[in-house]
Order: sequence, then structure tokens, then C-alpha cells
Amino acid sequence: MRYIRPLSIEDAVGQLAGSAGPAAILAGGSDLLVRMKGGFVEPELIIDIKSIAGLRDIRETAEGFSIGAAVPCAVLGENAALKKAWPGVVEAAKLIGSKQVQGRCTIVGNLCNASPAADSVPALVAAGARAVVVGPSGKRTIAVETVPTAPGRTSLAKGEIIEAILLGSQAPRSADAYLRFIPRTEMDIAVVSAGVNLTLDEAGVVTAARVAIGAAAPTVLLVEEGAEALIGRKLDEAALERLAKVCAGACRPIDDKRGTIEFRRKVAGVLATRAAQTAYARAGGK
Amino acid sequence: MNFDPRFSGRKFASVGTRPIRPDGVDKVTGRARYGADFNMAGQLVGRVLRSPHAHAKIRKIDTSKAEALAGVKAVITAKDLPDLTDGDAAMYDILDNCMARTKALYDGHAVAAVAAIDAHTARQALKLIVVDYEVLPHVTDVDEAMQHHAPLINDTVFTEGLEEKPVKPSNVTKRSQFGHGDVHQGFGHADFIVERSFKTEQTHQGYIEPHACVANVSSDGTADLWVCTQGHFVYRQHCAQLLGMEASKLRVTSSEIGGGFGGKTHVWAEPVALALSRKAGRPVKLVMTRDEVFRASGPTSATSIDVKIGARKDGTITAAEATLRYSAGPYAGSWAEIGAMTAFACYRLDNVKTVGFEVLVNRPKTAAYRAPSAPMAAFAVESAVDELAKELGMDPVEFRIRNAAQEGTRSSYGPVYGPIGIGPTLEAVKAHAHMKAPLKVNQGRGMACGFWFNFGGQTCVDLNIGMDGSVSLAVGTVDVGGSRASLSLVAAEELGIDYAQLKAVVADTSSLGYNDMTDGSRGTFSSSMATISAARNAIKILRERAAQMWDIAVDDVVWEQGHAVAKGEKHGNLGKLSLKEIAAKSGTTGGPIAGHSELVADGAGVSFATHICDVEVDPETGATRVIRYTVVQDAGKAVHPTYVEGQYQGGAAQGIGWALNEEYIYGKDGRLQNAGFLDYRIPVCSDLPMIDTQILEIPNPNHPYGVRGVGETSIVPPLAAIANAVSNAAGVRMTHIPMSPPRILAAIEAEREG
Repeated sequence: MRYIRPLSIEDAVGQLAGSAGPAAILAGGSDLLVRMKGGFVEPELIIDIKSIAGLRDIRETAEGFSIGAAVPCAVLGENAALKKAWPGVVEAAKLIGSKQVQGRCTIVGNLCNASPAADSVPALVAAGARAVVVGPSGKRTIAVETVPTAPGRTSLAKGEIIEAILLGSQAPRSADAYLRFIPRTEMDIAVVSAGVNLTLDEAGVVTAARVAIGAAAPTVLLVEEGAEALIGRKLDEAALERLAKVCAGACRPIDDKRGTIEFRRKVAGVLATRAAQTAYARAGGK
Repeated sequence: MNFDPRFSGRKFASVGTRPIRPDGVDKVTGRARYGADFNMAGQLVGRVLRSPHAHAKIRKIDTSKAEALAGVKAVITAKDLPDLTDGDAAMYDILDNCMARTKALYDGHAVAAVAAIDAHTARQALKLIVVDYEVLPHVTDVDEAMQHHAPLINDTVFTEGLEEKPVKPSNVTKRSQFGHGDVHQGFGHADFIVERSFKTEQTHQGYIEPHACVANVSSDGTADLWVCTQGHFVYRQHCAQLLGMEASKLRVTSSEIGGGFGGKTHVWAEPVALALSRKAGRPVKLVMTRDEVFRASGPTSATSIDVKIGARKDGTITAAEATLRYSAGPYAGSWAEIGAMTAFACYRLDNVKTVGFEVLVNRPKTAAYRAPSAPMAAFAVESAVDELAKELGMDPVEFRIRNAAQEGTRSSYGPVYGPIGIGPTLEAVKAHAHMKAPLKVNQGRGMACGFWFNFGGQTCVDLNIGMDGSVSLAVGTVDVGGSRASLSLVAAEELGIDYAQLKAVVADTSSLGYNDMTDGSRGTFSSSMATISAARNAIKILRERAAQMWDIAVDDVVWEQGHAVAKGEKHGNLGKLSLKEIAAKSGTTGGPIAGHSELVADGAGVSFATHICDVEVDPETGATRVIRYTVVQDAGKAVHPTYVEGQYQGGAAQGIGWALNEEYIYGKDGRLQNAGFLDYRIPVCSDLPMIDTQILEIPNPNHPYGVRGVGETSIVPPLAAIANAVSNAAGVRMTHIPMSPPRILAAIEAEREG
């Protein structure tokens, strides 16, 4: 096994593209090291991206925020501007693992691990986040929901690395929220989860919405019918009922050790409703 | 030696105080040595190859490629652990469980092991071992295993305890029955009868420290073993027998223990590590991974229990009956029998009958887990008792008080009780502020009682007085719950010296006589009895030495508050001699001063507890939060109350995990799906409320200080107390443990749909 610590993204991409055997990107390592210790992966090359300039920074840009691929989730929680603009994304990132794990883990790692139960991903999808991908043939920007394609698989080509996550500036009277269900209070993996991002008009009517459900299908689901259930209405009982129904219906869950199909469907609806209520209140809706 | 163990009602100076724990600093600084912290020069890494199948015949094992790998120093299979058990069926089961001989009987069953120069090489070597399996049909569910068509796990097993000897083999190893009176007649007198069926899933003790040991077998046939265990003398016995050694040639040293709860009472890795070391000629360290701990140590039984209880309108129980089926893993045990004994032990019953069925399944061998078998039986019985109280329109506490066992009651399992604490714990609960705390919407309260026998057993203690007057205490019961502190307090009490003058250690197996293991809540009960006896023997010598120093008759010397005092008119002018002064002269008055004690501690006092629990259930998700919890338990005498409270809280915490989320989940393929702490959900700190405790002290008449065991009873009531609370909060009776959110939500929805 070889461990390298490149200083530029170009070098990292070159090393990754040129590797003959299995290679892995190391940022926080909270997934990689556990998988290596468990004997599930045996990479020949480990590329530590933490020394690449800019990758540990959160930048405020004209369009919004750029979060470097090596920024630990705990650092998101210490950024007041980010927290104010995207409280749902930050609360999702701050639910991963334990306090100690949050000091290491990253949202890009969470995304590229491609678990359908990843906490930060439904929140990022709801927020309309985009990923900056650098590869041998240059740079491209893609919607985060197009990154995971199946449990453990991504759409990234050989040699490609996600350099940063981009979040827009929140429109006025907008807010997001994220909720997950776990049987414990912390240190757990979502049985099902929901991220909701809403924009309201001055009367409190929803004008834009994005609803994402996690751990209920092979990848995180962007539930467009869920958004449709809310747009054009205040968060009245009928809208919430419709939201719960379409979210439950959109799920394609499995029975496994963490929950049953029926449970995930039902709770997906409950969480979407509750997250929508939180987002609505945060956006100033009454 | 005439040791009088009867309760004397003395006043205490040290016992009952709360000095800081002697092992605290080393544990919080990381200096304490646990099982995996022992290392030797030239030590090899041992690793075990385990069956991926729930049930499979082992046709052939080819180890040649693994043996040829550079860095591999030994590879063993069952052939390297020949059967020396000489017809001892229980020992043969232990041997077969350590290393499968002809069949793999569960996912995780050891089939081979390697010792190599490092972990990487050892792992590679495991991949090079080729095992030719013939996969057999399997059964993991306790009820399914009892069916006639179920796959047979062992075709030499014929159910014991039936009136007629069965002609066909079965997965049911034993039927056991307890009780008295005539339940049929009793139910005839009942105005109300509740009859319900319950299930509990298999749980693991969840000790944080995995099994770990270092074995070093010398070419002269002697050996050393450093190991994390609850009973190093028992491990020595078993390992020596399985490896064909004399017990005295094997010295076993116990490490600090990061939790055992009954799970470190069996050998698994140790005979394997010794066999590897013997073959490799080098020390071998074997540490189980968490995955291995779950798959291949000794969790508790899964159960299926039917309960029927009848009562008259006035609240008197007229009859009680239960049928209890307990899974044993692939080897016979006595788990159902213990469940059948404890089920109705809290109550005064004229007509009672319990029947236990011990059932083999393709799961790891069941081991003890804190008051083994009692929590599940209590869950079923106390749930039904609650239901019956509801039908009668009686308060659940009053109903239990009315039917509680008392001194002189013939217990449901046979013996007649002496002074016991069930009534007092119920009265204390009735008066407790917790019972008046307001409940909000979606919240519910439950309470339940529990019983545990407590054990005594073989115990040996050495008490040595140094020339500087400090005292060392060598005990043979592993300190799993604070016994070094409590035994130091007891020795300080007897000798009349300060706690700080004492240091207690757990001696290795070559330095002290045999001790049974620390189980059955016996550690402090029995070792304190031996410590009192040893201290009294030392005092006798101290008096003799003082008499010698004064040149008077020993009968004129008494021991008072740490001093020899001369009595009688002739000696009135002699100043008293402290233990320190006598010790300083010991070199010239006859040599070292010590007290020894070897005894069988009889008369462990039975123990009762009553718990109260408040929960909040989210009716939309089935999530449960425990918001208030109170433990009331009889300790006999709390030697070190802080440790006693810790035991009460610990049992409740484990019970909360068991009640709400912990369970072994098997796939259709018979493989364990959740062999890790991520998906085997023990509670984290934030899952628990502060657990309130109340210690009652109803002295055990068979112990000089009145001590009863306290470690286990605290896990008996929680499943039932929480189930009663959840049922009250959710408005539907929960009959399946754990009450995980999907189960609660499904029950709520089913109730809603009627």
C-alpha cells in the first residue's frame, strides 16, 4: 500500500488516473479507514487530499458558498454565514457519526461513499447543491443527486475527484431543514430521512420547494411531487397530508435490519412533513 | 477454623462509606491493563477462521497453502485439540465450541486458526485455508426449532425430563417443571384470567472489551495465560483439561475487565491460543474483533413464553402458569430451567406451575447474561400481572403488594423464603415521588418486579500484613463491579484500620487456592465472607504476638479498633498496641503475620427489586424515549453504596437497551446480519435518563454483615417495566421484545385499524 499527499488537485488527479490497482481518496477517512480495518477494501494507493490548497476552506462567493472537499463537518457548524443561509445542510452534516467523527468527516466523502442513508446528501439535494468535479479532461459542475448511482457507486469517471460543493445564496424568505429517523439519539445511521428547502412569498405561500428522501431507495430521491404538493399553498393540513402521501409513495425501500418497508414508507412521510414545517418556520412562515 | 457466618447486627465504621475506587486512576488514565494490553517478546498474532454457514458438515480442511505462507508459524484445526474429555459431555461441548470437529453449528463457529508474525500475514493465511463444507438445513428460531420437521442439530439428543423416554431425537434437550398446588383447580376459583404469549429476541451482554488473551506454552509443558475473564481458576481448569495439562502447570492471570456480565465465564479463544502457542513454540496473542464477539461468544437466549394468571375479584391470585421456551444455541444448557424457576418467584401462590423447554438452534452457544434467563420470564409474567391488575381495576402496585411473597412463603421454585425484600421494595415504590410525577401526552408509566437467587460458592482469600503495618489482600474472585474496594472496606472494618492502609489485588491461579468465578452476584458476598474470616484469623495471630510482646496470656488480649488491648486487673497499666506496632516486631515474634481463609460461602440471600419507568412514545414513528427511571432494590447491606448504585443503574441501562432496540437479526441464510455496535444498538449516553436509585437493606441472615449480592437483580425488572410503560403510552400491549420503533408503530397501526 502506498500513501501520498499531493499538494495540488492536478497532481492528485494525475496520480488517481495513473494508478494501476485500486486507489482511494482520503479526506476525513471516517468511511475509508473503517472499511480498510474491516477488511472490506484493500487499496494499493491512498491519496490524502488534505494538503491541497483551498480544499480545507469554505469560501463565500458571488453565487453563494464553495465548500472544499476536505472541510470537516464540524467546521460547517462553526461558519455563521453558512449556518444562517443553509441551516438544514449544516444540521445534516452535524448528525454524521459522533462529535469525534464530525471533526474528521466531510460532506464530499459522505456523498462519494454513496450510501443511500448518507445524512448530508438529502439536505444537499434539497438545497440544490452542485459538485465541482476535476478530472483528467478538465473541470465540470454537476448536480449532487447525479453523483451516487447505486449503493457504493458514483458517476465519477476514473481519475475524477470532487473538489468542492457549491451552494447558492438563499433567496429571501427561504430556508431548509433536515430530519432523519434513528432508533437511538445519536451515533447511528438513518433508517429513513428527509430534506426540504422552501421559498415563500410575502403572504407565506410556498413559491419554490425541493423535497429529498434518504434511505428509502438505492439512491437519495428527489421527490418532485412532494414539491408540487407544497408549491402554491401555505403549509396547510391538506398540503402536508399530500406531501406525506407522495413521499411515502415515492419510496422504494427494502426490508432490512434497520427497518421494514412499511415503516420506512410511513416515516418518510412523517419526516418530510416535519422537515417542511421546520423549513417553513425558518423561512418566516406562520 | 470456626467461622460463624451468621448476621451479627454490628455497627459499622468503614462498611457503608464511599471512599474513592482503588482502580479509578489507572482506568481513567489508560494505565490499567486489560486483556489486549499484555505483550511478550516474540509474540505471534493469532486469528480464527470461522464458518460462514449456520449449519454445515466439514468434509475436509486443507491448511497446506496457509502453512506454506512465509510468516505463518502454526495452523491448527480440531485435530490439534484432540478429544481428552473422557466422556464428560459438558466439556466435550466446550471443546467442540472452541473448534468445530465434524460440523459447523452456527455462523461464526471456529473451524481453524493461525498464528503468524503479524496481523496482515495471519489474515492472508486465513484466506488460504480451504474448507470443504456440505451445507445443511438450519434453524435459528426457537419456536421453529421445536417443530417436528425442523432440521436436527444433534441427532444424539433425546429430550430429557419427559415421562416416557422419547424414541426420536429432537432439538428440545430438556423439559423441566416447577411449582406446587393444582393450577387447574386454582383457575377454577378465578374471576378474571389473563392469558398471553410473549417473545424476546436474543441479546448480547455488549461488554466494551472484546475477549483477549496471550498464551505462552513452554517446551517443558508448563504454560502461562493472561486473559480477560470473570473466572481465571475456572478457565485454568477448562484449558488444562482440554489441552491435557495438570492444572498446576498452567498459571492464569486475569486482567482488568472491561465488562463481562456473565459473558466472560466460558472459554472460547483461550484453548485455541494455547494450542497455537504449543504448536508454534512462541507466545500467541489472540484478540477477538467485535464481529467475532457477536458471532461467536455467548449471547443470551431468545425466548417464547406463554403465561396464564387468574385472580379473584378481591385481587388474590388463585393460579399462575407459564410455559417457557429458551434457545440454547447448539449445545445443551439450563436456561429454560432457570427461567421456569424465577418466573413467579416474586409471588405468594397456592397454585403455580412452570414448564421450561431448552431448545437447540443454529446460533452461538447461549452463555450467562446478568441474572441469566430471569429478565425474559419477568417480562412475560409482569406484563400479564399488569394486564390482570387492569382487568381487576386495581392499581398495579397494590395488586402486587397484595400477592407479594414474604418470609415463610413457599417459593414457586421450591424453597421457603427467609426475610426478603419484595414487599419492602413495593412499599418503597408506592411511596416514591416518581409515582406522583406528572405525565404529559404520549407518555406512560410502568413498573415491574424482579427476583434473582444470588450464589455463593468456593472462595479463598489471603490477607498479608506487611512489616510497615500496611495490609495486602489477595482475592480470587475477579473484580467486575468494585469488589476490591468493597473487600478492602470489609477488611478495614474487621481489623479496625483505615481503608487507605489496604490494597487488594486479584491473585493469579498459582498464588491462591481455587475460587469459583465471579458470577451469580457472588463476588462481594462470598469474598467478603472469606475476607472477614481471613481477617479474624489474622487478628488471632496479632493477639498472640501482642501477648508475646507483653509476655501475658493470649486470652487476656482482645482486639479493639485496630489495637491489641490487654484486659484484666493485672494488665490495666499496659498501653494498647497498634497493628502497626505489632507488625513492626513480627520478625522477632514469630515471622510474617497473615490470615487465610478457604470456605464455601453458603446462604446467599435472594434478592428482589422493583423498578418504575416513564416513557414517551412518538405515535407517528414508534420511537420511544425513556424520560424517568427509578430502581428500588434490596442490597442486604451496601458495603460501598456508590458501587451498589452503579450496579443498579447498570442493570437498568442494559435492560433499557434490551427492551427497546437490542436484538440478534438473522437472515434467511442463517447468518447474523448485525454483528457490530452500529446495528446492534446498545444505548448511548444520550438515550438514557439519569437513573435514580434507592437502596433498601434487609439483612441476609447468612452473612456476618447481612450482605446480599446486588449485581444481577437490576436487569430483571426493566424489560417488563418498560413494556408496561410503553404499552400504557402507546395504548396497545407490547408482547415482543425489543420494542423497536417498527414493532411499536406496527402495533399502534394495527390497534388503530382495529
